[in-house]
Amino acid sequence: MSKMQTQTVTRVAGPGVAVRGNDIDTDQVIPARFMKEVTFDNMGQYAFFDARRDDSDAFNDHPFNQHDDASILVVNQNFGCGSSREHAPQALMRWGIEGIVGESFAEIFAGNCQALGIPTATASHDTIERIMERVEQSEGPELTLDVESETVMVGDEVLDVRIKPSQKEALLGGIWDTTSLMKSYLDEVQVTADNLPYLHNFGA
Amino acid sequence: MSKGTLYDNVWDRHAVRELPTGETQLFVGLHLIHEVTSPQAFGMLEERDLRVAFPDRTFATADHIIPTADLARPFADDQTETMMQELETNTREHDITFFDPGSGAQGIVHVVGPEQGLTQPGMTIVCGDSHTSTHGAFGALGFGIGTSQIRDVLATQCVAMSKQQVRRIEVTGSLPEGVYAKDIILKIIADLGVDGGVGYVYEYGGEAVEALGMDGRMSICNMSIEGGARAGYVNPDETTFDYLKGRRYVPQGEAWDEAVRYWRSIRSDDDADYDDRVRFDGSALEPRVTWGTNPGQGIGITEPVPDPARMNGAREATEQALRHMDLRPGQSMQGVPIDVAFLGSCTNARISDLREAARLLQETGGAVDDSVRALVVPGSEGVKQQAEEERLDAVFRRAGFEWRGAGCSMCLGMNEDQLEGRELCASSSNRNFVGRQGSPDGRTVLMSPAMVVAAAVNGEVTDVRTMMDGD
Ligand code: SF4
Repeated sequence: MSKMQTQTVTRVAGPGVAVRGNDIDTDQVIPARFMKEVTFDNMGQYAFFDARRDDSDAFNDHPFNQHDDASILVVNQNFGCGSSREHAPQALMRWGIEGIVGESFAEIFAGNCQALGIPTATASHDTIERIMERVEQSEGPELTLDVESETVMVGDEVLDVRIKPSQKEALLGGIWDTTSLMKSYLDEVQVTADNLPYLHNFGA
Repeated sequence: MSKGTLYDNVWDRHAVRELPTGETQLFVGLHLIHEVTSPQAFGMLEERDLRVAFPDRTFATADHIIPTADLARPFADDQTETMMQELETNTREHDITFFDPGSGAQGIVHVVGPEQGLTQPGMTIVCGDSHTSTHGAFGALGFGIGTSQIRDVLATQCVAMSKQQVRRIEVTGSLPEGVYAKDIILKIIADLGVDGGVGYVYEYGGEAVEALGMDGRMSICNMSIEGGARAGYVNPDETTFDYLKGRRYVPQGEAWDEAVRYWRSIRSDDDADYDDRVRFDGSALEPRVTWGTNPGQGIGITEPVPDPARMNGAREATEQALRHMDLRPGQSMQGVPIDVAFLGSCTNARISDLREAARLLQETGGAVDDSVRALVVPGSEGVKQQAEEERLDAVFRRAGFEWRGAGCSMCLGMNEDQLEGRELCASSSNRNFVGRQGSPDGRTVLMSPAMVVAAAVNGEVTDVRTMMDGD
């Protein structure tokens, strides 16, 4: 499931799913009680776990129940606010989501997505509304999120979106997994460390 | 761009280099880990056959799922036992110091760091937990990170990050009686919004903040993330140094004097440039409560619950929140019946929180209402021990509170402490998200520890000031 370390992400495409609402927090994306596992392997089944069920535990009409083949998630403002749990993007990714388009994202969430190679593109309220409407139609068109050109193609309609420059570089350059990149500069890390007085008991 | 702020000073000293993405490779001075978000990162290290680069800069504790009632091993819950063993193995194999239960140093990671003196001014501090912003109270930069970034830190002692803007938040005046640090931050989040801080680091200052002790400053910085700001800090001063002096991991003797000199040097300049400034009048605040399902949906205790019909743009979200909370537009929060009172979490389970709560119970002779299940969960073993030395535990017990071991407990309901069904909880924690406290239908009203005590005693949400002036 996990992508190779050096894989570039230039575009993601597939059926869309719209989850409407501002400030959808990570506790909704994955309730904490499902985080008692030492790997991320099973997280996919917990995506929006409570939101997808009614009081008698049956599946309700949540979009994730209706579009279970989706790979592009469309959201409104401040999506992924709250906890830093990477379980949230991991759950979405393992459920099948490969890219997210929204009005805005919480920072830690967007960073976590980037580290997994999942683009988080932003667009105006009107653009998002337009995409959501199309996605919600029965037999809705496939979406293509193009990282290079910063566009979303909805059927034959092309809409502009924005991707943070650093995220764009990371995805296109295949350097969204920063461990090996930063490790290659360990000598410089040591120099920085040597200059920090608190690592040397303040020179005493 | 900001200039001459503590944020700039600390950032510059920790910047290793610019990465091809335009982000900065930032050195991490202190890395804290806990049992829930670290095992996957150690797994990733193993997959790549990597070792921990600076094992003496990572410290571990257990807090999120640890039981706070029965600590006998193996734990009653198998998954909890597995996660605990995983942490024990990982820290042992990688030579990482582990403050384990019973050591006297275990507790919520954001309570433990400062208490041990690990958290110091001028550091960069990260942890796989969004409330790492707490450590900013000491004039450090504390950031919550995800598990892949934990892997980065373990392998390189660095994170890749973009520099943010700095917003100076000035709180003037002095706080009226019954108003606490928690009320300041709840007000800030309500006014600036839960996403108002996205792209910003918050610098808190002004008389009302400077007059607070370290515990209060931590409550404020703790909830920066609830306002969308990834980090928040207060410039270090005498209060900071007094708190740190003599603690286990701070320098002693001559090195201490050197340290204080250094810590003073990194403060924001008087004429520093900020990207934005806002001001609040601390003397005009009243005790606050939330009525909704995010920390920004809050009001002063004497204000009415808002009417969705009058909320531009937020109408649907407001309706939804009120439906979940079972509240009516225009009603007062005072008198809303509670089922559970939770005094705990990394926002408000430090010694001064417990002292104030106990003082209130003692002075009013109040006892927990029969209809309420009430628990005190100290933030750390250190806090617990201190409270017991001061006999605060006896005060709580006599009043009808359960007295527990240290951990996150009902803040996020990963252990056995959870809301049941539609229970409503008066909580000193930081998140009132739907399902946060363990029950998908549970309801949370955020407030200060003193307000939790008032609610526990009366069985309903109460203006704590009515208990204080003897009305
Ligand atoms: S007390 Fe609550 S908010 Fe704080 S670290 Fe624990 S779970 Fe997170």
